[in-house]
Amino acid sequence: MSEDTSTRRTHMADAPLLEVREITKFFPIKSGLFGRATNSVRAVDGISFNVLRRETLGIVGESGCGKSTTARLIVDLISPDKGDILFDARRLGTDLTLNELRRNVQMVFQDSYASLNPRLTIEDTIAFGPIIHGVPREYARRLAWELLSKVGLDPKRFAGRYPHEISGGQRQRVNIARALAVKPQIIILDESVSALDKSVEAQVLNLLLDLKKELDLTYIFISHDLNVVKFMADRVIVMYLGEIVEVGPVESIYAETAHPYSRSLLASMPSMDPDHRSEHVALAGDPPNPINPPSGCRFHPRCPIAIPKCKTEKPLLHIQKTRGHLAACHLTAQQQETF
Amino acid sequence: MIEQKTIPLDEYTRSPSYWAIVLRRFSRDKVAMFALAIIILLFLVAVFAPYIAPADPLKGSMLRRLRPIGTPGLPLGADELGRDMLSRLIYGARLSLFMGITPVAIAFVIGSSIGIAAGYLGGLFNSLTMRTNDIFYAFPSVLLAIALSGALGAGVTSGLLSLTIVFIPPTARVAESVTTQVRKLDYVEAAKASGANNFTIIRVHVLGNVLGPIFVYSTSLISVSMILAAGLSFLGLGVKPPEPEWGLMLNTLRNAIYVQPWLAALPGVMIFMTSIAFNLVSDGLRSAMDIKS
Repeated sequence: MSEDTSTRRTHMADAPLLEVREITKFFPIKSGLFGRATNSVRAVDGISFNVLRRETLGIVGESGCGKSTTARLIVDLISPDKGDILFDARRLGTDLTLNELRRNVQMVFQDSYASLNPRLTIEDTIAFGPIIHGVPREYARRLAWELLSKVGLDPKRFAGRYPHEISGGQRQRVNIARALAVKPQIIILDESVSALDKSVEAQVLNLLLDLKKELDLTYIFISHDLNVVKFMADRVIVMYLGEIVEVGPVESIYAETAHPYSRSLLASMPSMDPDHRSEHVALAGDPPNPINPPSGCRFHPRCPIAIPKCKTEKPLLHIQKTRGHLAACHLTAQQQETF
Repeated sequence: MIEQKTIPLDEYTRSPSYWAIVLRRFSRDKVAMFALAIIILLFLVAVFAPYIAPADPLKGSMLRRLRPIGTPGLPLGADELGRDMLSRLIYGARLSLFMGITPVAIAFVIGSSIGIAAGYLGGLFNSLTMRTNDIFYAFPSVLLAIALSGALGAGVTSGLLSLTIVFIPPTARVAESVTTQVRKLDYVEAAKASGANNFTIIRVHVLGNVLGPIFVYSTSLISVSMILAAGLSFLGLGVKPPEPEWGLMLNTLRNAIYVQPWLAALPGVMIFMTSIAFNLVSDGLRSAMDIKS
C-alpha cells in the first residue's frame, strides 16, 4: 500500500508540468489588394517538448529560429495553427481554460521598459494581475509590497514610482514581481536578462535562482547567450529554423554535443579564457529564409558534414548516449547504429 | 517578508503622476498660459454676456447705422442695422465658442471610441471601420460641412451636426494610429498574459496612454471648427440672423467694408484671436506631454 503511493508519487514527479505537442505556427505573408496570403513564414514547425516540474528548460538558437514565437504560443499570445498545450496533463481548450493556463504560466519579456505601463505606478502594475483575478484592492497592494521586497526592491522607495524613474535592472525586477503576482507555477523568461549589462544580469540571474528555490518555480529560459543558459538550465533545447534539432540535459548538450548546428553554435560561444579563443568563424552566413526552408534537414546547406541523404530526407530526433539526450541528425543516428 | 505586512502602506514616497508633471510643465509655458487666459476670459464673457454687454444686441436703430469705432455711447460702433457692435461681439462669443467646441467634443467621444476599438481589435474590424472612415476623406472638410448642412437646412442644430460628422473621421484616424502603436507594446501583451479581458486592458492600459495625444489633436480642431462654423454662418447655412455670431456678422458687414473697414474687420479679429488662442494651448499641451524619460 505504502509502496504503491510512493511509486505513484515518483511517477507524478516525473510527469511533465507542461507538454507542448506538435505546435505549429505559420505567419501568412499578405500581398495584393485583398491581402491574400501568397506565402508564409514557417516560424514554428511542429515542435514538441515537455517541461518538467521545478526544472529550468533552456531554449537556445539564432535570432529568428522561433524561440520567442514558441514562448508566445505557449500562453496563446499568438494562436497556434496546429498543436496542443497541456498543463498538468489537462489539455488547453478541453479541460483547461486559457485563463487557468495564463494564471499558471507567466512571461517576463526582454524590453523591461516596454513591458511596463508608463502611466501606472509600480505597485499598481504588480497589483493589476491579482485585482483582475478578484483579489481585493488593499490586499493586492500588500501583495505587491511583499513581492517588491522579495525581488530586492524596498517597497517604501519603489512602490509609488513610475517605470521611467528606475534603472533597467530594477525594472526587470518589477517585471519579475508582476509575473509572480498571480502565483504562477511556470515563468517563461524570454531573453529577460539579455538587455541588462553583465553585472546587473548576474544579480537578476541569482535572484531568479533564489526565487525558484523559494517558490518551487519552473522556468523556461529563452536566450541566445549560451553561457547564461549553461549557468541556468537543467535541460536545453536547441532550435533551428522553427524546429528542434537537439534536446537534452545541459551537461551532455555542452559536453557531448551531437548535432553539427549545436556544435557550431557552441563554438561561437565567447570563452572566458583568452587562451581558448576560437580563431575561425564557426558558422558562416545567415540562416536560410524561413519562407522556403531547405529540403530534408534544414541545416544541410550550412552543415560542414552533410551527406546526400541530408538533402532529401528529414532527420528525426534520435536517442543519443545519455538518457534524455536527442538529436535530429542522420550522422549521429548512423554512429549510434555502429556502436 | 512577514515583517513587511506591518509597514503602514501610507508611509512611502509617491512620485507625481504623469498628468501632474504635464500640468506643471504646461503651467511653466508662458505663451500657452497667456492663450489659456484669453480663452478663460472669452468663456467668462460668454457666460456673463447679459451683465457685461452695454446694450441689447438685437435692438437696432436706423439712425445710427454704421457708426465708427469710438462713437460716444457706442465704444465699438454700430453695425449695418444700427445695433451695438460691442454687445453683439460679446453675445457672439456664446454661439461662436459653442459652435467651436461642441462638435469637436462630440467627435472626440465618438471618434476615439471608434478609433480605439479599431486599433485595439485590428484585423477585419479595423479594415472595415477605417476604410468606411476613409470615404469621408474623399471630400474636403469645408465642402463636406457645406453639403451636409445644406442638406439638413440652416440652423444651429444642423450646423452642429454637420461639423460633428466632419470631425469624427480625422479623430478616429488619430485614435486608431495611436492605439495600434500601444497595442503592440509588451505591457499590453503582459496584461493579456495575466488573464485580463479586452475591456479591462483598454480601460487600464490603453486609455491612459492614448487619450492624451487624441485630446491634443482635438484641441487643435477647435479653431478649425470655429472657422468652419463661421464659414457656414457666412454662407447662411449655420446660425440664422439676427442671432449674433461672429461668422454671420462678418457676412452681414461685408457690404460695409468700403464705408467702415475697421468695423467690418472686428468679427474677423475675434475669430482670429480665439482660434490662435486654442491653437497655442494645443501646442503647449503637446510639448508639455512630450516627456522624454
